[in-house]
Amino acid sequence: MDKTAADLATAVAGIEDGMTVMIGGFGGAGSPIELIHALIDRFLATGKPSGLTVINNNAGNGHVGLAALIEAGMVRKLICSFPRSADPVVFTELYQAGRIELELVPQGTLAERIRAGGAGIPAFYTPTSFGTDLAKGKPVEEFEGRSYVRERWLKADVALVKAEAADTHGNLTYRAAARNFNPLMCMAAAETVVQASRIVPAGGIDPEIVITPGIFVQKVVAVPHPQQEEDLNLANAIYPEVA
Amino acid sequence: MMAKLSNNQIAWRAAQDIHDSAYVNLGIGFPEKVAQYQPAGREAIFHTENGILDFGPPPAKGEEDWDLINAGKKAVTLRPGSAFFHHADSFAMVRGGHLDVAILGAYEVAENGDLANWSTGPKGVPAVGGAMDLVHGAKRVAVITDHVTKDGKPKLVKRCTLPLTGVACVTRVYTSLAVIDIEEGRFVLREKLAGLSLADLQAVTEAELLVSGSVADLTVPDL
Repeated sequence: MDKTAADLATAVAGIEDGMTVMIGGFGGAGSPIELIHALIDRFLATGKPSGLTVINNNAGNGHVGLAALIEAGMVRKLICSFPRSADPVVFTELYQAGRIELELVPQGTLAERIRAGGAGIPAFYTPTSFGTDLAKGKPVEEFEGRSYVRERWLKADVALVKAEAADTHGNLTYRAAARNFNPLMCMAAAETVVQASRIVPAGGIDPEIVITPGIFVQKVVAVPHPQQEEDLNLANAIYPEVA
Repeated sequence: MMAKLSNNQIAWRAAQDIHDSAYVNLGIGFPEKVAQYQPAGREAIFHTENGILDFGPPPAKGEEDWDLINAGKKAVTLRPGSAFFHHADSFAMVRGGHLDVAILGAYEVAENGDLANWSTGPKGVPAVGGAMDLVHGAKRVAVITDHVTKDGKPKLVKRCTLPLTGVACVTRVYTSLAVIDIEEGRFVLREKLAGLSLADLQAVTEAELLVSGSVADLTVPDL
């Protein structure tokens, strides 16, 4: 078994118009910048894919990564908890112009909805958001004297994920707090595409330290020196670069 | 003008109630200051929603590791005994009742414990983050805030008018003038600044302040 994709373009080739795409990361930590940029490259070359629904904690920062994907006009709807950042201009302008849809989800509910999607649990009850605007229209039930809101699973056609190490079977480790939503999204997508700083042969990762077991992963691609969103933004980078 | 505590002093006062070995989540922004004033000899372990237990102060400028950030997306450091985990585990810690204290900011706190701290209304882009999760599950949910808004209006109210973050969730409020518990749907005054009369404090508090037993002086060092 070898899940290694030849290059970034091959890795993102399965994403089609109108798909739901989970993108890992919390702000810049764990954001698969190179996979996102490869998807933008494909769109600029072929006009596809567009009309995407993107699930991420945020809405991008500056003009790189997720913000660049939105700026390219590829995203129809965003499902996230916190669409603000140091420089949220791209999302903010489209949102205020009514050109992008937003589903706002409390952060822990977002995580659990994704986990539930990956675990085959269609709905669950949480205390989060009870009595607030974000619970409007959702069923409420009482358990042991407290009220809980019913939330539904989230699933995706494709997840784009950033890992530290991958083996050829798709077993993954992560780096520091770059883990965040990535392991959950691996579980919840029909096809999980991973960029890893290094890809090692099967057996190259101690099974005791595997965070995401390879069963949740379909493709891995090596990106030895991944870019960090914060570094790009400190350098005022824009993607794609204007010639 | 009424004497009042600075934000650093409010944070200091809140830190005095964090017991040894407590697991603590501090909301982003102002509440992050509480970490600076941990009393000597007590060890608190700080949780950040994005997946770190036991993080430490920011690194020196130029030493940032952007995979090592807090919920406010600021660079942090690790302390001996820290741990990483994914977001579902992180919010299991929150909702599952495993945190001892959450300390959050507020736009409004109502006497029934309702909190509004995520939205000032329909203008702009709505953003909630982890605020609605953090108000559920911690054994104590405390608020630190100026006693009044920038326009001088009470923030401690009968009923919140802004969009709610959570219902009946706040247990204690540390303000620039007083320390107030929420018990059975009422504000109970515990401490107030020594030079401040109860009448003056009540005048800037919309809901009634109950006095049950003695009210201590709110005493804080110069910071």
